[in-house]
Parts: sequence; structure tokens; C-alpha cells
Amino acid sequence: MSDVQDYASRLSDPASRKMGTFSYLPPMDAAQIRKQVEWIVKNGWNPAIEHTEPQHSMSNYWYMWKLPMFGETDVDRILAELEACHKANPDNHVRLLGYDNFKQSQGANMVIYRGKAV
Amino acid sequence: MAAKKYDAGVKEYRTMYWQPDYQVKDSDILACFKVIPQAGVSREEAAAAVAAESSTATWTTVWTDLLTDLEYYKGRAYAIEDVPGNDEAFYAFIAYPMDLFEEGSVVNVFTSLVGNVFGFKAVRSLRLEDVRFPLWFVTTCPGPPHGIQVERDKLDKYGRPMLGCTIKPKLGLSAKNYGRAVYECLRGGLDFTKDDENVNSQPFMRWRDRFQFCQEAIEKAEAETGERKGHYLNVTAATYEEMMERAEFAKEIGSPIIMSDYLTVGWAAHTSLSKWCRKNGMLLHVHRAMHGVIDRNPNHGINFRVLAKLLRLIGGDHLHSGTVVGKLEGDREATIGWINLMRDRYIKADRSKGIFFDQDWGPMPGVIPVASGGIHVWHMPALVNIFGNDSVLQFGGGTLGHPWGNAAGAAANRVALEACVQARNEGRQLEKEGKDILTNAAKSSPELKVAMETWKEIKFEFDTVDKLDVQHR
Repeated sequence: MSDVQDYASRLSDPASRKMGTFSYLPPMDAAQIRKQVEWIVKNGWNPAIEHTEPQHSMSNYWYMWKLPMFGETDVDRILAELEACHKANPDNHVRLLGYDNFKQSQGANMVIYRGKAV
Repeated sequence: MAAKKYDAGVKEYRTMYWQPDYQVKDSDILACFKVIPQAGVSREEAAAAVAAESSTATWTTVWTDLLTDLEYYKGRAYAIEDVPGNDEAFYAFIAYPMDLFEEGSVVNVFTSLVGNVFGFKAVRSLRLEDVRFPLWFVTTCPGPPHGIQVERDKLDKYGRPMLGCTIKPKLGLSAKNYGRAVYECLRGGLDFTKDDENVNSQPFMRWRDRFQFCQEAIEKAEAETGERKGHYLNVTAATYEEMMERAEFAKEIGSPIIMSDYLTVGWAAHTSLSKWCRKNGMLLHVHRAMHGVIDRNPNHGINFRVLAKLLRLIGGDHLHSGTVVGKLEGDREATIGWINLMRDRYIKADRSKGIFFDQDWGPMPGVIPVASGGIHVWHMPALVNIFGNDSVLQFGGGTLGHPWGNAAGAAANRVALEACVQARNEGRQLEKEGKDILTNAAKSSPELKVAMETWKEIKFEFDTVDKLDVQHR
């Protein structure tokens, strides 16, 4: 059994906390992030940005970064807002949402910048 | 209008129940049956007989027929069509007026539509292929306790299918060992684990013990991963009272979801449970044991699309729908047809998907289809492509059979799922590029790499028995 690997996840290790879709993948690079933003725009969803202190990430309500960007289709502007939110809250998780107002749900929700694990 | 005279005796059904010039009404319940008549019985007579026997008629005229307006109350066959690829069979389309049915009672509708008529001698075999439920009937039924969007909000899962796993071995584990298997799956990255359908309350594991150990597993996995989790606690039991006692206890300990087997517990009991679920904020996962008895024979029984519509009416938040690619029966286009019927607001008739009627669900929420049975990481690209986001993909053996255990198996599935969703969003062709996508994801996940090595050779390539009716069969 020596080749069986332990699954390293611990209550005591904040790095074990996950945060939804794509949190089991390595962080996305700039090109990958851009493609996900394009996906939201292509679906006609309204982009929105939220952030939180990592220790409060299980709450439904993260802090809104300004208001959802209703009708925004300029990928660069959305990316710039993500970066602005990250810059202002460097230790926080920052996530990008795509509000689907027809389904009254979120078509996409992914953490773009991972905060400092505490 | 001259009154009719009483004329005792047996009449041909078609004189009264075959009406090809009938204009269907929006309020009618419409049904499409596949009929194989006995030798010597014409199509019109067989279709009329089915309409008659599933609505107002008996085998002979009775004097009390004249005390009512049978022209108003009767069901009638209004169209007949060839079945592609089957010379013996034909489709009979029947319209039933709204007055024939009790509001909100699926039990009542099916007691008529698939009642005595299925044993009727003039037809050799009979299959209910589709039913159009008019909007008035839909709005008198309770529908799913919560629906897809509410479940996503309650569980905080967006932008991807959810992941589950049925705990195995299905029978024989102690409650504590069972809870261990649940915990390992959930900490590894699954959203749900599931009781097997035949796990009820056997001597080796009584329900109360199972519920408590599973709840502890959920709570610890949530604290560890920071994500919300659930285990479908099966409340299926011998009596309604016992079922409700289990449901109440599940609520008391804080479980977010329970499960029921809607065909074996009976539709009335299931509907009551479903209404309780809405009242008590409990999600309801629905299993379909016994469906194969009813829906698999292409010439006799009830097509699963009808059973799926029926479940949406009586209520459930999840329903097993077949996988297309796993170990269990399921034609691809037909499956896409009924998962659309489960989820969408308005579905147009589409024979290429086996859908005979437009179906308007009005405001009724949708049901999440569950793909479960013999699937593993290599199936992930096809599953994400077929089922889309609003689904639960359940890997039983495909999680628990991982060489490093359940947590690693769960992580492998989660990584594979997220890689496929990411690739889809990027515009890549999942079923074409699946191998590439998974191989690339495995570079950062040793768990996925091992899973891919373990299962690469497994295929399920038996032919489907219940196929759509097409010419080239």
C-alpha cells in the first residue's frame, strides 16, 4: 500500500477551504480569466464582483464591489473592475458572478483572486 | 336536438369514439399511445376502443348513458399515425375533456389513462408514449418543493453540474462505517452523497443511526472544505407514518435533503411527502426503482418521459433520468427529450427527441436530472455536454473504487468536472477534446491521473432496448 497517497485536507489547515466552481483547479492565468469573462458576456449575463475575508467565505452575502455591471459587454472593463477590487482588498477572495436575470439565478460564479488563507 | 333512444347491446367503439375531425381544445388532456391491435381489429376500432375504455365507456351500452351528455364527457381518438420502423404498431392520439379529471390528482389521471385499458383484449399491446398536461391541470398540482434555482441558492452551487455518489456496498455496512464513507466523499469535493434505494432501516443499520452518523459527516466535511454538503437520507418506508417520522428526524438534525422512491412508495404518499418538503424547507431527491418494469418494453407500458412529467407534477427536486453513457439503459436523444421536459418552462413537440406534444409548465419550477449508474471520470466530458449545468452527476463506483479511497476519488471527479466546465466555457468541443482536457487537468491532480489509469478500459457498449421509433431500426 506504499503507493497509496494521503488526501491532505485538514480542519486545522485554512488552505483546505474551497470556494465553489474552479476552486479545485490551479488559479487561472490572465488568458484563462479573460475567456471566462467572455463566456459571461456571450451568455448575456450581467457581470458582478464580490469579495470577502476568507474566514467568512461560507456566508451567502459577500461584499458587493459597487453594483452589478448591468449590460456591460466590454471584457476589458470587467477585467479592470476585478483588478480594482483586488487591489483595494488584496487579502480577500474576489469572485466574478454572471447574473442570469431570466433564470433568476447566477449562470456563473467563480473566485478569480484567492485571498490569504487564515 | 332530438333526444336519443335507448338501444341495448354492443356497438362498435368507432361509431362514438373515433372522431378524426375533432379540434383539440387547450384544456384537453392529450395522450399518444402506441397500439398493436389484435389480428382483425382495424386501427380506427382499436384507437376508439382505447379512447373509450380509458374514459367513459364500458363494453356495452347502458341506459344510464342517456342521463348524461356523453358527447361532452367522452374521450375521443382524433388521429392515427404510422410508427416508423414498426408495421404492426400505430400511434393513436386521444383527447380527454377536462371534466374527466379531479384537479391536482395525477393519481386520478393515470387511473384512467393506464387503467383497465392496458389489459383490454382487443389490443395486443399498448404503450403510453406522451401526455400533454394542459396548463389548468399543471397549476392545480403542487410541483417541485423548491426547484432548480432555489436549490442552487440554498446550497451555494453555481455555474456547474453538482456531483454526487451513492454509498456502496449498498447493503451491509454499519451506520458508523457508512458515515465514514460519506465523510470521505464529501471532504474530497463532492456536493452530495446518497443512500442506495434499498437502504431503508435494516437490522444491520437502523435509519436513526444512519441519519446521525451521516449528519456528523456532512458537518465535518463542511467545516473542512468551507462548502455546503448534503446526503440524501432515504426516508422510503413501509408506511406513510414511518416515512414522515424519518423525514421529521432528518429535519430535526439539520439535514438539507431527503430522498424517496416515488414509484414504490406510491404517488399519493410521495405527493404528501413532497408537500411536506416545501413546507419544511427540505430538498427532495427522487429515485425511480421499478421504472424499468414500466418503461423499458418499447411496445407495452409507459414511456419514461411520461413518468418524468408526472414526477414534476407531484413534486421532487431531483429525479434520476439515465446517463446515456453509463451502465444503464438510455437512448441519447430520448434522454435529452425528457431532461428538457423536467427542466424547461415550455417544450415544443419534437419527434426527434420523442416529444409528441407542446408542453407548457407555466410557473412550475423544474426538476434537476440526475445521471447515475456506471459512470466514471472518462465519461465526464460527454456528461457535461449532454446534461449541462442544471444536473447532478453521480459517480458511485467511480468515486469509491479509486485506488486511494473515496476522498481521492471525489477529488478526481471534481477536478475532471471543473476542467470540463472551464473548457466548455472557453468554447472547446468537450466530446472531441475530452481526452486532452482531462489529461491536462491531471497534471495538477495526481488523484485524477490515477483515476484515469484505473478506468480507461471500461466501456458499456450494449445496444439500447428502448430506442426511439425510427425507420432504420
